[in-house]
Amino acid sequence: MAAAITRDSVPVLRRGVRRQFDRTRNCAILMAPERVIVLDEIADAIIESFKPAATVGDIAAGLAMRFQAPAQEIEEDVIAFIRELNDKGLIVL
Amino acid sequence: MNAHPRPAPPLALMAELTHRCPLQCPYCSNPLELLKVAQERDTQFWLDLIAEAANLGVLQIHFSGGEPTLRPDLAALIAHATARGMYANLITSAVLLNEDKLQALADAGLGHVQISIQGADPATADRIGNYKNGHAKKLEIARLVPKLGMSLTINAVVHRQNLDQLPAMIDLAESLNADRLEVAHVQYHGWALRNRAALIPTREAFEAADAIVAERRAALRGKMVIDYVVPDYYAAKPKTCMGGWGQKLLNVTPDGRVLPCHAADSIPGLEFERAGVLPLQEIWEQGSAFEKFRGTGWMQEPCASCALKEADWGGCRCQALSLAGNAAATDPVCHLSPLHGEIQRLAESESRADHREFIYRRL
Repeated sequence: MAAAITRDSVPVLRRGVRRQFDRTRNCAILMAPERVIVLDEIADAIIESFKPAATVGDIAAGLAMRFQAPAQEIEEDVIAFIRELNDKGLIVL
Repeated sequence: MNAHPRPAPPLALMAELTHRCPLQCPYCSNPLELLKVAQERDTQFWLDLIAEAANLGVLQIHFSGGEPTLRPDLAALIAHATARGMYANLITSAVLLNEDKLQALADAGLGHVQISIQGADPATADRIGNYKNGHAKKLEIARLVPKLGMSLTINAVVHRQNLDQLPAMIDLAESLNADRLEVAHVQYHGWALRNRAALIPTREAFEAADAIVAERRAALRGKMVIDYVVPDYYAAKPKTCMGGWGQKLLNVTPDGRVLPCHAADSIPGLEFERAGVLPLQEIWEQGSAFEKFRGTGWMQEPCASCALKEADWGGCRCQALSLAGNAAATDPVCHLSPLHGEIQRLAESESRADHREFIYRRL
């Protein structure tokens, strides 16, 4: 079964996955084996926040400040996004 | 005039560096006529093509073949693609690699290695690939891929003569620390069509495999992704082949011709431009082979009035040709094709044939 994702989880991009900017289409993307995922502003900001030892809680707090949004709401969004990309094999915890 | 807007830039380039391959798989999807080493293009050709593709907006490059590691310039091509912001994938049998060579590819920026397996045990796998000690070699290389920081996909090609090993192949991929397992039923194109009667699974075996994949996929959630390519002949709806003809991918053959899909060569009457002679952008946007089946303007009934015509784009053109005798027909895999019932009966009857011998693919 999949691991639970909590505010203490530390997400990182899985090996072989990287974030970059696509100049042709003018958008942030995740490059992964045989696939390209277009990142919206929030998704890009979440992945940009991945740092060694940065927890979901740290990431959500940083984004709540940056986007001036309620921390609780942001944390739920961050967890949902990480869950989705973990299922797709793009993020590990 | 074209009945569709100018196509968006391609996302991916399949670079078929060579048709040469040490394995002799009976389901080889390459064309019946293989190109010889003398017809292969040189390093400079591929370097120029990669630069042109990057400028056109290609993000993913798939180094394929044949066996791409036969090319001594592979690391240089990967480095060139990576330096231009592309993501490099390698599709390999792995039997010609060793740790030093793999390290050189990793150093060049390779992101992902896809290694095929022919079965779960050496006797089965080596018989199917007709290559002695191939299975053991593949496992040795597969174990190194994650250690060198690259993503590992195990590609398990399944058919009647190894489908009983599916659970063991899933266990094997997991034990190799694979990031992804692709369970791919044989697609009956190219050489594979000749061995169909020895390969096609029974409907019961296919349905059992389906259930195994569904169960294991749920159990491995978050650890290893399982992608599943169903056997066309038992499907009710056609595959969205290539993500739509001329919409996402360019395929360049060992002799430098630009194709909308790697099997497009099998369709008579199509003419393919050569990279390096015409600009890649012109070939992509205006090349006659790309325009032939791009969009929906070429469709006949029942495709033309189908609500799903922009979902599956009528299925596979090469399959329509090989099974219906007309590349513009509805893919006979589709339940709306007048040939659908006949194809299913053919599959079921061949799947029960007492036929085990392979016609191996030899160069």
